[in-house]
Parts: sequence; structure tokens; C-alpha cells
Amino acid sequence: MNKTGNERGALMDLGQERPQVPAKARNVSPIVPRGSIAGRALVAVVAIMTFLACITTGAVLLVRASAAEWQADVASEITIQVRPIVGRDIERDVVSVTGAVKAQPGIADVRPFTKAESGKLLEPWLGSGLSLDDLPVPRVIVARIAPGSTLDLAALDARIKQVAPSVSVDDHRAWIERMRTMSGATVFAGIGILALVIIATIISVSFATRGAMAANRPIVEVLHFVGAGDRYIANRFLQHFLRLGLEGGLIGGGAAMLAFGFSESIAGWFSGTPVGDQFAALLGTFSLRPSGYLALAAQAVLIAAITAWASRRTLFATLDDID
Amino acid sequence: MVRFENVGLRYGLGPEILRDLSFQIPAHSFQFLTGPSGAGKTSLLRLLFLSLRPTRGLVNLFGHDVSMLGKDEIADLRKRIGIVLQDFRLLDHMTTYENVALPFRVMGRAESTYRREVIDLLKWVGLGERMDALPPILSGGEKQRAAIARAVIARPSLLLADEPTGNVDPTLGRRLLRLFIELNKSGTAVIIATHDITLMDQYEARRLVLHQGRLHIYE
Repeated sequence: MNKTGNERGALMDLGQERPQVPAKARNVSPIVPRGSIAGRALVAVVAIMTFLACITTGAVLLVRASAAEWQADVASEITIQVRPIVGRDIERDVVSVTGAVKAQPGIADVRPFTKAESGKLLEPWLGSGLSLDDLPVPRVIVARIAPGSTLDLAALDARIKQVAPSVSVDDHRAWIERMRTMSGATVFAGIGILALVIIATIISVSFATRGAMAANRPIVEVLHFVGAGDRYIANRFLQHFLRLGLEGGLIGGGAAMLAFGFSESIAGWFSGTPVGDQFAALLGTFSLRPSGYLALAAQAVLIAAITAWASRRTLFATLDDID
Repeated sequence: MVRFENVGLRYGLGPEILRDLSFQIPAHSFQFLTGPSGAGKTSLLRLLFLSLRPTRGLVNLFGHDVSMLGKDEIADLRKRIGIVLQDFRLLDHMTTYENVALPFRVMGRAESTYRREVIDLLKWVGLGERMDALPPILSGGEKQRAAIARAVIARPSLLLADEPTGNVDPTLGRRLLRLFIELNKSGTAVIIATHDITLMDQYEARRLVLHQGRLHIYE
């Protein structure tokens, strides 16, 4: 057996007996047999976890978008209340205040509510058909702030108080703060649920990986015998877990996207009904924006990556034990 | 190539089963390792294969003090060692061909560069007709030959064989011994652990005899 450079001679000389190379003798089997990894169970676990995570994220996105819409609507308006006081003509005060508000820079539109309209606002509490002539019902003026402009609320308050002392201005700050708190709490709860789902995924994947490694311990030992390093062995297993993670992520993420698409259709069918209107008031049109769907897809990929990462960590820990 | 100095080995808190082993295995050498059952032959082979660490003493392999080596360096050294174990350790989901080609696959070599070599060797050990068979349907002797082929295919610097002819008939035993001798002539140091006096009588070689945990060398 002579060696010339990198070329190596045959280990033995078969002479005339040298066989033809059979067509079938090839490396076709994977080093880690696919069937020996608890694949289906892991795919199911990852799919369920991805679905729950995506539903949580989608719900948080919906609530946040609706809250942002409400905030934008409320923040673009101010409400001025003119209270009737003895010795003053409230109708004249309303006209004067409307004029003063219109003159204020940054105001796009002013709409004083008529006496009848103001009365209508009280109907939910006082009922209909009630004569409001004898009641000191305050009058409401709604002013819309021009988009992009900053209103000097203190100057406006001072100006209208000069023309009518019984006036008060409400810029809805308390409402906005409450809504901001509510949407913040929803997002926080969503992130908490998401973190729990991710932790549960990591634990499930770690157990599945450990189980697969235990089942394949003889393979790991043989690979060590033939000189394979931990990195090589881990990579063989990792390919399987990454594939399983992607499969689970695709199923779970796809199901969640379908669920949101379907719920959008359901919201469309119920629009105009009292229930549909309630939901629309609370959660808007129940439709995720394209960026929302992109976020769900990214989350599915993230969970697949977490699956691969968790299995890689477990693989190296288990390989240390086997050594 | 291999140097042991005052090496001792015990499992857990049990008695020392290998005591004060001091010997060298020169490159290109051929030796039989023998001794009664339970003398520690397999443990010594495992020390040589770096799958066990000595409880005391110095083991130097290919110029490296093995106590100083990390996992990756040990894996690299193992690529230079071929081992045949008594229980064969073939992968049941791979064909005989794939099992024998495994060391090349782990090295990352393209299949076209070793396919002919693997097939020739399988023919040589009498497994030409069993290349596509899975280990569960091979006989004990066939499994043993496949394990030997896997250990020698990459032409290691050191070959360790634990009872390599235990399950084959005398004719095939002689043929396998010839394979080891050929491998030794091509530069591989060979250590064959065996009880088989007939096998040892067929080839004049150094004998390492383990008895009561101590090693006696007959040049």
C-alpha cells in the first residue's frame, strides 16, 4: 500500500476478483433516523404553542390599534360646557363662546349643540318626552382641533372665561390617560402570556430533545467512536429539530392567521346588528393590518428558532453527560 | 506514539482494576493484548481510546498529554484511532456499506472519493453480497467483519480490536488477521485483545499480558 501525496492505494489488492461497483451501495440513510425522533408530538406541541402565541399577539395588536383610534378621536376634540347661571342669557353666552373659540388659532371647526341636542344627550338618564325648559341644562360646544396644530388650552380657557364666566373646558385628558393605561395593561398582559408560552415551548422542546437523545444514545456513542465531535453530532440532530420547529410554527402560525381572517369575515356578517356594533365599538373592525399578519409570521419563525435553540442547548448538555 | 506511566484505573470507589501500567506502543508496531477474563483488557482498550480517563498516572497519545485535552481535541485524536468492540456497535438503520463508510462521512469527504475503497474492503472481508443489508439481519460473524471494516477503512494510526475473531471460523479468522497485518505494514500500530492462543501463534508479535491488574510484556 503505497501513498503518493494525497492519493492512497487500495487497502488490499483484489486482483482479478475486483468487483463491479454495485448500483445500490450508496449513502442514503440519514445519520440520525427520522423515525426515532418523537417528531409528531413535538410538531403538535410547537404548533399549539405558536397558535396560542399568535392569537395573543393578534389580540394585543387589535386592542392596541382600537385604543389608538379612540385616543386619536378623543384627543382631536375639546368639549366646552356652558352652564346656565342666574342673570345671564345662556343662548347669548353660547354664541359669544362659539365666536371666541372660532377665533382661537388651531381650531378647525366649532359646533354648538342646540338645546334639543343637549337634551337628547340626557335621554339615557332622564328618559324621553321630558320637558327640559325648566331644568338648568348646560349647553355643549364641541370644537375640533386642526390636525397637526397645538392648541394653547390656557389661552383659550382665559379668552372664553372673559365672554362667559360659567364656562369650563374639557380636553378629555382624563379619558385619554385611562385609555392609555388600559391599552398599556392589555399589551403588558399579552407580553406576559407570550413569555409564558415561550417558556412552555422551551421546556417542551428540551424534554423532547432529551428524549430523542436518550433514544439515540447508541448512535451518539458510535459517532464518538468514529471521531465525530459534539458539534458534528449536535448539527445532525439540530437539522431535525429545526425542521420540526418550522413545521410546527407554520401550522400554528397559519392556523392563527386563518382564525383572524375568519373572525374578520364573521365581524362583517354581524355588522349592523347590536352585537356586531358592540364588538366594533370595542375592537374596531376586528381586522388585522398587513403588518399584523407579518408580525404573526415573524412570531412563527421566532418560535421555530427558539425550538432549534432550545434543542441545541439540550443537545450539548446531553452530549456532555454521554461523554 | 502511546506512552503510559504509572497509570491506575478504578471505577467509582471500587478496587483498582489496573495498577501501575507503564509501557509504550511504538508507531508501526503490532501486539496482542491477552490475559484472563476480567483482567481489564477492555478497560485498557478504553483508556487507549480515550473513552475512559485514568484515575492516576500519565497517558500520552500521539504526543499529547490526554489529561490536558478538551473534547474537540479528543474527537480529533479519535479520528486517528480505529476500534473494534466486542458488541460491534453497528448502526441498525444503516446498511453495511453505510456503516463501513461512516468514518469518511464524519470526516466530511465526498462519497465519490471513497466508495470504491469501501466496496473493495467489504468484498475482502466477505461482505460483498451483504452491502445493502441492515445489521439486524446479519449474522454475528458478519457483524464482526463489518465492525472491523469500519475500524480499518480510514487507515487509522492506531487500531484497537477487542476479540476481533471471536465470532468467525478459523479460515476467516486467518483472513482477518491478514488484514490487520496488511494494515500494520502500511503504518498502523495494531493492538489486538484476544484469548485466542491459536490466533496469537499465527503471527510473531509482542504480547502484553494483563494479570491481576498488572501488565507483563513479552517482546
